[in-house]
Amino acid sequence: MASIWEYANPVKFIRTSEMVLPWVSILATITLVVGLVWGFFFTPDDYRQGATVKIIYLHVPAALMAINVWFMMLVTSLIWLVRRHHVSALAAKAAAPVGIIMTVIALITGAIWGQPMWGTWWAWDPRLTSFLILFLFYLGYIALWEAIDNPDTAADLTSVLCLVGSVFAILSRYAVNFWNQGLHQGASLSLDKKENVADVFSTPLYICMVGFGLLFIALVFLRTRTEIHKRRTKALLARERLG
Amino acid sequence: MIALLSRDMKLAMRAGGGFGLGLAFFLIVTVLVPFGVGPESGLLSKIAPGILWLGALLACLLSLDRILALDWEDGSLDLLATSPLPMEAVVSVKALAHWITTGLPLTLAAPLFGLLLSLPEAGYKWLVISLILGTPALSVIGTFGAALTVGLKRGGLLLSLLVLPLYVPTLIFGAELARRGAVGLETTTPMLMLAGITAGTIALLPFASALVLRVNLR
Repeated sequence: MASIWEYANPVKFIRTSEMVLPWVSILATITLVVGLVWGFFFTPDDYRQGATVKIIYLHVPAALMAINVWFMMLVTSLIWLVRRHHVSALAAKAAAPVGIIMTVIALITGAIWGQPMWGTWWAWDPRLTSFLILFLFYLGYIALWEAIDNPDTAADLTSVLCLVGSVFAILSRYAVNFWNQGLHQGASLSLDKKENVADVFSTPLYICMVGFGLLFIALVFLRTRTEIHKRRTKALLARERLG
Repeated sequence: MIALLSRDMKLAMRAGGGFGLGLAFFLIVTVLVPFGVGPESGLLSKIAPGILWLGALLACLLSLDRILALDWEDGSLDLLATSPLPMEAVVSVKALAHWITTGLPLTLAAPLFGLLLSLPEAGYKWLVISLILGTPALSVIGTFGAALTVGLKRGGLLLSLLVLPLYVPTLIFGAELARRGAVGLETTTPMLMLAGITAGTIALLPFASALVLRVNLR
């Protein structure tokens, strides 16, 4: 039985991801197209929100991914700190820009949705504030990667930042909840509740969530491969200069 | 440890050490706010706790890159790293020295500045309590940020960017405690949360700071 640590070997990772990447990309495209087309054109308008409700198919999956990407970075950072697998650190580096884009998409679609519904583009609602803070965390994380030349030092420092940042991000979430009551409704997709989003809306929403997840996986594979190739090119160039 | 503490404090207090910098910045903020929002004392007393907390936080932020950058440049940080003192102790002492030279004076000066912003009478006690509970966390978090960016040229902007989101919980609970105290609301919850954050950061963050400092000195 192959252990997951085999993929810590860059060569093995490149070979496997080369096989997996096209499939994931195709699947992501199919689910996204199906989910979004279904969501945008084949669901009824909400009786109170009208057509604006359809922005949910971008807003909710993006928000979901924004948080989960950070979680994935947390796991890969831990793996780097404990087992020092370079692929893991590079995957965290590769995921961060995807995560920040997801955060921005969630914020922008939220503003576009909030304008007709709440009558404002922005409010200091707990979830909006938490996402703004999350955005700052992503920004700091990416900036730190960019600022340091030595790749190992950069990987170490950003990993620690990611760990400490996670703790403070959770802390901020509760602090912000305590600080202001929000406009957002409570969770409306939980499995154990009766008052969920109606099925006509939620089925394409789930498909979109899966699509965003697959899209993220494809992008991270692609970007990690790029990072590995980049590092290999650098090593080859250095060797050439020596020889 | 005590020698290191007194050395850092002497360096900070003597000329060019930036001891007065934080206080001066705090003064500037509090004096300029009424010009910005108008002299109406009702409005001022309403926003006074928040403004004072914000001023203290920014004054703290201003002096963060001094915690480690100067020692890095002249090489004394390398000496400290090779000394028998563990790195965790070094960063803790650095944070303590930073707090004594910025957080503590800010706390002591805050009631005076509260007067300028017509803080309600009940607010003074809670303002001082909230600052004395909250500013140590600011120093410890700031030391972590300084340790992350110590080796970088032009690390100042990055340092602010990294520390900014980390300061959010402290600011929320600190300002909330001061505000509730000023208007006479119940204060236990934010006080306990603020004290908890400070205790937690003091207990745990030095390990992270020492870790990244070791990486940076590698």
